[in-house]
This record gives sequence, structure tokens and C-alpha cells, in this order.
Amino acid sequence: MKVTKKDMENVAVLSRLDIPADKEAQYTQQLNDVLEYFDNLSAVNTDDIKPLAHVLPISNVFREDVVKESLDRDLALSNAPLKEDGYFKVPKVLED
Amino acid sequence: MKLFEQPAHVLHDMLVNKEITSLELTEAVLARIDEVEGDVKAYLTITRDEAIAQAKAVDEKIAKGETISFLEGIPGAIKDNICTKGVKTTCASKILQNFVAPYDATVMTKLKAQNPVIIGKANMDEFAMGGSTENSAFQKTGNPWNTECVPGGSSGGSAAAVAAGTAVWALGSDTGGSIRQPASFCGVVGMKPTYGRVSRYGLVAYASSLDQIGPITKDVTDCAHILNIISGRDEMDSTSVNEEVPDFTKALVEDVKGLKVGIPKEYFVKGMDPDVEKTVREAIDKLKELGAEILEISLPNTDYAISTYYLISPAEAATNLARYDGVSYGERAEDAADLVEMMTKTRTQYLGEEVKRRIMIGNYALSAGYYDAYYLKALKVRRLIKEDFDKAFEQVDVIVCPTAPTPAYKIGEKISNPLEMYLQDACTVPLNLAGLPGISVPCGYSSDNMPIGLQIIGKALDEETILRVAYTYEQSQSFHNDRAQLGGN
Repeated sequence: MKVTKKDMENVAVLSRLDIPADKEAQYTQQLNDVLEYFDNLSAVNTDDIKPLAHVLPISNVFREDVVKESLDRDLALSNAPLKEDGYFKVPKVLED
Repeated sequence: MKLFEQPAHVLHDMLVNKEITSLELTEAVLARIDEVEGDVKAYLTITRDEAIAQAKAVDEKIAKGETISFLEGIPGAIKDNICTKGVKTTCASKILQNFVAPYDATVMTKLKAQNPVIIGKANMDEFAMGGSTENSAFQKTGNPWNTECVPGGSSGGSAAAVAAGTAVWALGSDTGGSIRQPASFCGVVGMKPTYGRVSRYGLVAYASSLDQIGPITKDVTDCAHILNIISGRDEMDSTSVNEEVPDFTKALVEDVKGLKVGIPKEYFVKGMDPDVEKTVREAIDKLKELGAEILEISLPNTDYAISTYYLISPAEAATNLARYDGVSYGERAEDAADLVEMMTKTRTQYLGEEVKRRIMIGNYALSAGYYDAYYLKALKVRRLIKEDFDKAFEQVDVIVCPTAPTPAYKIGEKISNPLEMYLQDACTVPLNLAGLPGISVPCGYSSDNMPIGLQIIGKALDEETILRVAYTYEQSQSFHNDRAQLGGN
């Protein structure tokens, strides 16, 4: 297996996902199968090939920095799972 | 043909000539929903009252003798990853099951300026990840040609609605084939425009360098009209291209004489269904008979497209979907001790299996130690794939191949094997990687009477030539007049 238990744990932390114990073997196997397939890329010679992140020949797109109407605060908060006094509310982050 | 079976351009003329009212048409489509939606399950939300109100408003306008625009009063469906102000936009995910979009996507603003009737929001694979719409967290959509089969995906609800007559037209989105493949499976027309042709503002992001919105319609004429409406530079999407938008309906001419059509040999290999190969070859013969010059070409890096796509799109998805953290919108899991646990529990509880799988593939490919071997390698191969097309288009005007290696398969047949599902995308993902436009048009049927699609690929920003080839081919056949046998028809 290419993907170790440790890899899987690491990727779960990076993804902010819990992998249930009864799914761990299945997820590891599936990730492994896919990655083994991806290894066909190692046959391609990419020396001196520049990566292509984006197909369009544009880089920075500038516009004037002008004040425009923006989303109303109540509307912006309308889908929040928890809010208070016009703010999003989350579990405590800082210690007392 | 019944009203709900007609394409938009026919219905538009009927409205203009006062042969029908928009209310009659809308009620016919809603009655069709009552008749077949229980089997097709194309919709996640149906905005019945709003649809009736929109239709009545258009009829008043027509009664006053005002002119109406192309889509005015004509019912359509919107894929549920396109933000519709005041209407639920769920991406077929439990994490957004109660999300009501606070603003309209740019395509919705453009559409609404035309006063169409919006019937509702169409089912899809969760966050557009999948090729069968089986990854929807809410329901499995049936293919109108055989409801035991998948409609394709991820825009399966949009394609099924158009094929079933529960929408006249629809919008979908295409990241690796998600418009073209369901169009192929459902016997309708679907186009992925050039990357940047249509604004992505308000399209819930999956893989931002690949995503593009496009039309799903009953024929090529409707496709050109809707492309006219949704195209154009948008300052809210800095990747939308600042190029003049031609009138795409001018490309609807029956003439392919002297056009050079490339047939990529790498697209006709292992794993292709013999019915698909046969019908696509017949379509190519037809184009030749119509005067096109057929040339065999090579796109040598085709074999690497799946790996490249399934590294780049999950990497972008892992980043884009980090926003589902239970803070500003979407669901939040209860009883978490701290912020990180709240986020982890929320994502674990509300995201589906395929979405989790792609987030994990993406984070793996981006993580320290694997970044160069996977993500960076994929970006380099992406350039080679794009260069293959650049070279091919020095010789040919369009490239023609199958849209999908098989017709629609049975619900449940492939879903347990992720890799096998990914391999189904071999003919569609290269275009997204290269940013090119492609259209799928019906070109025949399998021995089980399931539709098969012909894919026509164009140069960047040359939707006109693929529309011309698609239109010429369509008019030489009668597939666009065929309708799925479903319910009472």
C-alpha cells in the first residue's frame, strides 16, 4: 500500500474531517487505488515544462477602487447557523 | 408535438403570434411535472407560484402589444449550484440544505432581464462531483429514456428535466464534462463554453480554473440563443474574458463544406462501447458527406488527462470547500468543545462520501512531500495536454469524438468504484483542462435505445464554428425531434 495509516490521519486533519474507524480501511484502499492510477503521470517527461495553473493569458486584472453597494448586513447574516448582535457567533477561541 | 416537448425557439414564435399564452405553456410544464416528476426526480426545489406569476406578467406584456425577448415567458430549470436570490441553493448537499442565496449569480441577473419563467432548481451530484447524479444527498434522478438508468452528471437534473419536458431549457455547469455527458445520456444538446466566456460569479465553486456555466437545450438553435444571453465580461469575475460576444445565432448555418474536422485516434480506444463507436463513426461519415474534410489527428497526451484532472480538480476543491466550516452559512454540528472540533464535526456530519474523498485526494496532493510529485506534476502535464490541442488546431477547425465512452448505465452499477467512475470522463475532461468549448449533440441510440452524443470541440472563443457544425449535423438528422417515451406520451 502506498497510503499509510499515518498519511490517512494526516490528510484527515488537513481536511478537517473525521474518518470513522469502520471506514478507515475502505477510504485508505480507495485513495491508494486512485493514487496508483495517477502514477501513470510519472511516464511523462515534464523537464523544462512550466506548470499551467490557468488557461487564460491574463494575470492581474485591475479596476478602480470605488465604493459600491454591498450585501446588506442582515442579508449577509441570514444564513448564519448562529449569530448575535450583527456578528457570526462561534465557540470560544481564546482562553479566559 | 405537445407544448412541453417543443424547443424554446418554436414556443417563442407561438407566444409572439399569440397562438399560446405563457400561462398555458407554464401550466403544461407544471402538469408534466405532476405526471412524471415522481419517476424522474429532476428537481430539488419547484417554484410553482413564482412561475405562474412570472408567466402572467409576460402575458400582460404581450397583451399590451409589447415585444418580448427570446426566453420571455418560457419555462426553464437552473442547476442547484447557481445562486438564485431568495430561493434555496443547496448544491445537493446536506451542508447547504437550508441555504437561501442572498444574491443572484450573474447568469441569473442576465436571464432575469429576459423575464423567463423559472420552474425550479435542478438536482445534481453534490457540489458537482460525479457523473451520474447519484451523489446527490437528496435523491437519485432517473434518465427519462429509462428511469432505471442514470441521467449522467453532474448536471443530471438539468438534462433530465429538458429531456422529460419538465423544462424547456436549463442551465448546467461543467467542470469535467458535467454539461456535455448528461446531455449525451439524455439525448439533448449541452454546451460547455470557452473558459471565461460566461461569468462564474454566483456559481458555487468546485474547481475554479475548470468550472464553466452553459446551456442544456432541446436543440442547437436554443443553445445559441441562450449562449447569447449568458455570455460576456463581468467585473465580478476577473477570469471572465474581455472579448466581444458575437451573435451566436448567426452561426446557425447549414454549411460545413471545406471545414477541416479532426478525429483524434486516442479517443477511439479501449473501453469504448461498440454502439457508441458505431454511431459516432456514422456521424463522422455524415459530416464527410455534407462536405467536411475528415482528418485523423493525434492528441498524444490524452491518456494522462484523467490523472491530471483528478489531481487538479480535487486540489482546487479542497481549497474551495474549506469555506464549509459551520461559521457564516450552511449547517453546523452541535456539541463541539472548541472551534476546530466544531468545524471537523460539521464537515464530517454534513458532507457526502464523494465530496470527502475528493477533499482528501486534493489535500494529499497538495501536502508537504507530495506536492511536487502530484499537484505540480499535474499542472505540467496540463500544459502538455493544452499544447496537444494547440498543435491540432493548426491543422483542423474542429475536433469530433464521442462525448462519453458508454451510453447511460443502470443506477447503482458503477457508484461503488470511484476509480471506474473517474475513467468514464476520458473524453470530456481534456477540454476543461485546455479551457476549450465543446458541445454534445444527439447522434443516435444504443441497442437498448439509450441516446448517444457526439462531441464537437472548438478553438478557444470559437463557439461559432462548433455551433455551425452541430447545427449542420443536427439538421441533416432528426434526433433533435425525438422525445423520451415517458408518462402519457
